[in-house]
Order: sequence, then C-alpha cells, then structure tokens
Amino acid sequence: MSYNVGVFDTPQLWTSQRWQRTIEYSKPLIESLFVKITNPPTSDPNKPACMRVENLVFERWFIPVFESVSFQLGAGETLLVRGANGSGKTTLLRLLAGILEPTEGKIFLPEQPLAWLGHKLGIKDALSVRENLEFSARFHNLQPTDALINDAIKQLDLLRVADQDAGSLSAGQKKRCALGTLLFQPDAIWLLDEPYSNLDKSGMQIVDRLLTQHQQRNGITVLATHGALAPAQLKVRELIVESYQDNYYAESLA
Amino acid sequence: MNPVMKFLHKTGSPAYFYWLSGRMIPWLWVIFAVLTTWGMYQAFFVAPTDYQQGESYRIIYIHVPAAWMSMMIYLMMAIFGAIGLIWRIRIAEILAISSAPIGAAFALIALISGAVWGKPTWGAYWVWDARLTSQLVLFFLYLGVMGLHSAIDEPRKAARAAALLALVGVVNLPIIHYSVEWWNTLHQGTTIKFTGGSKMPNSMLFPLLLMAASTKFYYGAALLTRARNRLLEQDRRRGWVAKSIREQRL
Amino acid sequence: MSAFISLLKRDLLLAVRSRAEALQPIFFLLVVVSLFPLGLGPGPALLAKVAVGVIWIAALLASTLSLDKLFHADFEDGSLEQFLTSGHSLSSLALAKIIAHWLSTGLPIVLLSPLLAIWLNLPHEALPVLVKSLLLGTPIFSLIGAIGAALTVGLRQGGQLLALLIFPLLIPVLILATGAVSAATHNLESTAYLLWMAAYAVLMLTLAPFACAASLRISLS
Repeated sequence: MSYNVGVFDTPQLWTSQRWQRTIEYSKPLIESLFVKITNPPTSDPNKPACMRVENLVFERWFIPVFESVSFQLGAGETLLVRGANGSGKTTLLRLLAGILEPTEGKIFLPEQPLAWLGHKLGIKDALSVRENLEFSARFHNLQPTDALINDAIKQLDLLRVADQDAGSLSAGQKKRCALGTLLFQPDAIWLLDEPYSNLDKSGMQIVDRLLTQHQQRNGITVLATHGALAPAQLKVRELIVESYQDNYYAESLA
Repeated sequence: MNPVMKFLHKTGSPAYFYWLSGRMIPWLWVIFAVLTTWGMYQAFFVAPTDYQQGESYRIIYIHVPAAWMSMMIYLMMAIFGAIGLIWRIRIAEILAISSAPIGAAFALIALISGAVWGKPTWGAYWVWDARLTSQLVLFFLYLGVMGLHSAIDEPRKAARAAALLALVGVVNLPIIHYSVEWWNTLHQGTTIKFTGGSKMPNSMLFPLLLMAASTKFYYGAALLTRARNRLLEQDRRRGWVAKSIREQRL
Repeated sequence: MSAFISLLKRDLLLAVRSRAEALQPIFFLLVVVSLFPLGLGPGPALLAKVAVGVIWIAALLASTLSLDKLFHADFEDGSLEQFLTSGHSLSSLALAKIIAHWLSTGLPIVLLSPLLAIWLNLPHEALPVLVKSLLLGTPIFSLIGAIGAALTVGLRQGGQLLALLIFPLLIPVLILATGAVSAATHNLESTAYLLWMAAYAVLMLTLAPFACAASLRISLS
C-alpha cells in the first residue's frame, strides 16, 4: 500500500501538484489516523507528459467488467479504445476520468487537467448555445470574451442556432455544442466517449479536426468508439477492451 | 506499513475474516446465553421489588440495555463506515451495513418496552419524554440508513452511501439528543427519570450490568453471522470460497 | 473561485428561466399553511398557539420538495460529471449549488413569513424573531438537505427516501426555531436559541459541502 485513500477524492488520480497542496492541509489529520503518507510515483521526467495505467480492474456486482487493462501513453499520442457493446469501453473511460474508482490497479496522470465528454453532454436545455458555451469557458477559467465565444460558435458550425435554447436543438447540434468544452481546454488530457455519435458528416469532420489539432500540440487523447476512426492523418494506437464475462462464458462453453 | 494498517488489512482479508468469525461465533452465542440466563434470573427472582413502582420496574432490565445498545451500535456502524470509506476495506463496509438492522431492532425493543413500562407508570403508552423521543429519532435514523442501502442496487455503492449517511448521522446525533432534551424540559418541566441515579441498590444494579454485557455479546454474534452471510453471498464466485471449502476451513 | 461564481450565476439564471418550477415550493408553502386554519378551525387563539410550528413544518416540507431536484437536472444532463472531472474542488461547487438553492427557495420563504404570520395570527412581537430564525434555519435545511439530495440523486424513489433521510437530521433546527419564537411570544429572551441556531448553521456550513461532495462521488459511481 503506497499511499492512503481519502474519502473525498480518488487516490490514483492525484496529480502531484494537487497532491502536494492537499497534503499541506490534511497531513496532521491523516497522520493522526496512523497512516503513513508517501508521494505517489510521478511520471518519468524524460517524458514530460505521460499517462500510465497498470493492471486496471473494475468490478460491478463483484464481477470484473473487463479483462485487466495496462497501457502507457506519451505526449501527442492518441489511444483508440475499441471493443464490442458492453465490453466496458465507457467504464474504462469513466475510470480514467476519475468518476469511477478502480477496484484494483493504478492510474497515473501527468499534471494536466482532464477534459471529459461522455454520453451525457452537460448542456443545459434552458440556456442558449451561446450561454452554454460562455458558462463552459468561464468554468474552465477562461474569460468568455465575444471573440472567444464567436470563434467557438464558428468552429462548431452553430452560427445559425447560436441564440436558440439548447433544448430546441437536434441531438447532433447539441453534441457540437458540447464539443465546445474541448475548445476551451486545449491543455487538458481529452477523454472522449463516442465523440462521433449523433454527428453528421461535417460534424464528424469537426471532431477529426479537433483531434488532429490536439495531437499536433502534443496533447493526449483517449477516445472510445465501437466503429472505425475516420481521419487518416491522425496517428492512433489501439486498445481492445474485452468483456470479462463474455470471455468467462466462452471459456466455460469450450 | 504500520501495525494499525497491518491489523486492518489482515482482518479485512475475506478468507481470514470468514475463518476467524466462524471460530468466534459459537463462543459469542454461548457467552450470550449464559449471561442472559444469569441476568434474567437475577432480574426476576433476586432483585428486590421497587417500593414506588412495584414489579413493573423490572422491564428496565430489557429496556435500558436495549437503549444503550441502540446508541452504541449506531456509533459502531459509523466507525465501521469510516474505516470502510477511508481505507476502502470491504469487510468494514459489510460490518457497517450489517449493524444497521441489529441496532434498529434494539431501538424498536427499547421503544416498545418503554411504552409498556409507561402505561402503569405514566398512565399512557406514549409520552413525549426526552428519552423516548430521542430513541424514536434514532430509530428513524436507522430506517434512513437501511432505506438508502436497499434503494441502491450495486452492493458496494450502496454500502458506501449508507456508511456516509451513518457518519453524517453520528455527527448530528449528539445535537439531536441534546436539543430533544432541551425541548422536553421546555415543555414538561421536570422529566421522570427511569432510575434514581446512583441510589440504585447493588442487588438491582447487578442484573442490569449482566444484561448490558449479554447484549454486547448478542451484538457480536449477530453481527458476525450477518456479515459472514453477506460476505459469502457476495464472494460466492471467488477463489477463496472454493479454496476454503477444499481445505475445510469454513 | 471563478468556477464557483459562474456556477452560482448559472444556477440562479436557470431558476429565473424556469420561474414556474422554481416558485412551486413557495406556492406549496402557501397552500399547506392555508390548510391549517381550515383543518383546525379559524379561532385566532388556537392559530396563534400553533402558528410557529405550522410555519416551520410547512417551510421544512417546502424545502424538501425543492431539494429533491437540487442535483437531479445536473445528474441527468451530465453536468455533474463535468464538475467532477473539471479539477475544481467538488465541495466548493456543491456549496455554490447549495447557496443558489437557498437564494431561490429559502430566501423567498423568509420574505413570505410575515404574510404567513399575519394569516396565522402570530403575535406581532414574535415576528422579528420568526424572520430571524427562518433566516438562520433555512440555510441549514439547504445544507443538510443537500447531503441527502446528493445521496439519493439518480435513485428511482429519491423524493420519499430523501424525506426519510433528512427529517430526523433537521429536528434540532425545528426545536430551536420554535423555541425561539415561543420565547418571543411570551416576551422572554430568545437570543440564546438564535445563537445556537447560528452555531449549528456555521457547523453545517463547514461540514456539509464536504459530505455533499463525497456523496456525489458515491452517487456518480
């Protein structure tokens, strides 16, 4: 046991900056509970941004969701998580995002924020597209100037519906609006669950462009998709996630 | 690793816990049975009749230990819950949620025996006495923990949510208790006390202490039995269960 | 800090946008209070006697009704996931939601309380204390209730369960508040009660956001 687990945060996802800040505040308290604190291993200094996952297991109802996963991802790399329906792609991404907590194994992240885009988009129906984007920008510590928001609207090709309530948009248009959160977090690790779903051809091209740009500025991306990935210019590594239960039954039938 | 963590992790290993608790349970039941029989005999045949309340006071030998236990078990539940949440030890989560029905049962026993005692003493089954009211609130808190646990499907998520609620409850419990006492003195003047404090003669006090001890052993036995069953149900597909059966260590 | 303020602003804007929904607890409060004279009879002496209790219990019910929805929309549309992954402190974001909830539910209850006091024939000298006690007590409702709301978010019968979880925890507020107002009705000093309530509010202000954040993490997993 290398370091202890707090009630309030997922242990494996502490970047060391956040970790040190928290230690300053909580060391007396934690030490009074007889727990020895050691810093989690930080990433390799030669590789400035590196994401490492070791023997990751997540159990639901005491059954592993997927076969144990390990991988390492350096700066500028894009990982394409593939697998059949129900194989645990979404679960893996939610683990990386820190929404779920691993049953076993470890996740080490570089000192970067996370940008998460899941099935649920985080778009408020009662606000207009512009207001949603403004909130997203401000939430990610950017000043939502007109130039910034207008540029985002143009990039996402939402000019026509910019002042409509998000509730009146189609699923694809909403998805485009949600992609705004990526525009406002260029420095983050992108974790995208089915980014192409609901999008038309030009929408998919927007995602491709965003992914390529992110790779060019040495950003890390992990994306899950059940289909193939479109852009040829994007260098990707693939990770196949296999359902533990499917394998288990296949073995027991053989 | 320091000794405390070592202890927690060793006891927290399912196979070890299952084996250890299996060895402990029979002894706990035996001690419980001996203490209860002795305590009940003392309570009903040896302890003198109260000159004010007559024979009806003897219900305190059920009521008071049950009330004490209901409070102690809530505290235990919160402690187990905290261990489970902080160190992610599953056995502690299981112990926390297995405590809840036992504590609720003790709270209910205390409420019912209090009502039965109240009829001859106060002339009514229910009086909004501070102790009875706190006991009722405690019973509601147990219901909340159990209700939340049963409303969530995934077992570990349910256990963690219930543990957190128990922690929130335990922070509020003293505040609730004293506010209820305050409320009671405001509205009723002096409260009728169950016992005359330290003036109780030893022959009356001794059975009470016996019963207080015996209920602790009941809690231990019932808790470990419940926790064992829950653990076995959750881990039935895991290797250690099969291994323990093979090695006849169950 | 900017995330805290922007979330607070967004929640208030959303409350203004869906006015009808945001005002429901207030209408609920009015209807519930108006039922008591109908059920108990219009005798002014009796109403004056039960006024404090009625107003406070109605406020408790109205708050709980709205607390059920505190995190629900954010859970459904994925905003909570965004909060959790953003790297901002989840407890400060939870506090922003709690403050927004109090401003949109608790504060209107406080502002309406003089009207309710007139309806129920509460003695005039007790009115300032009633307002003060509500001003201190409704934030506690929001704070403790938010923990329950965070634990029950995403559950099927969250609403009923929420009431079961938080009502026992809110008993001290009820006792202290009604104690304060009763004391004022009898021309007694009520400061002690109000100070206790303030202490309780501060305690909950420091603890509840953390418990709320921990609950949200569990609920999202």
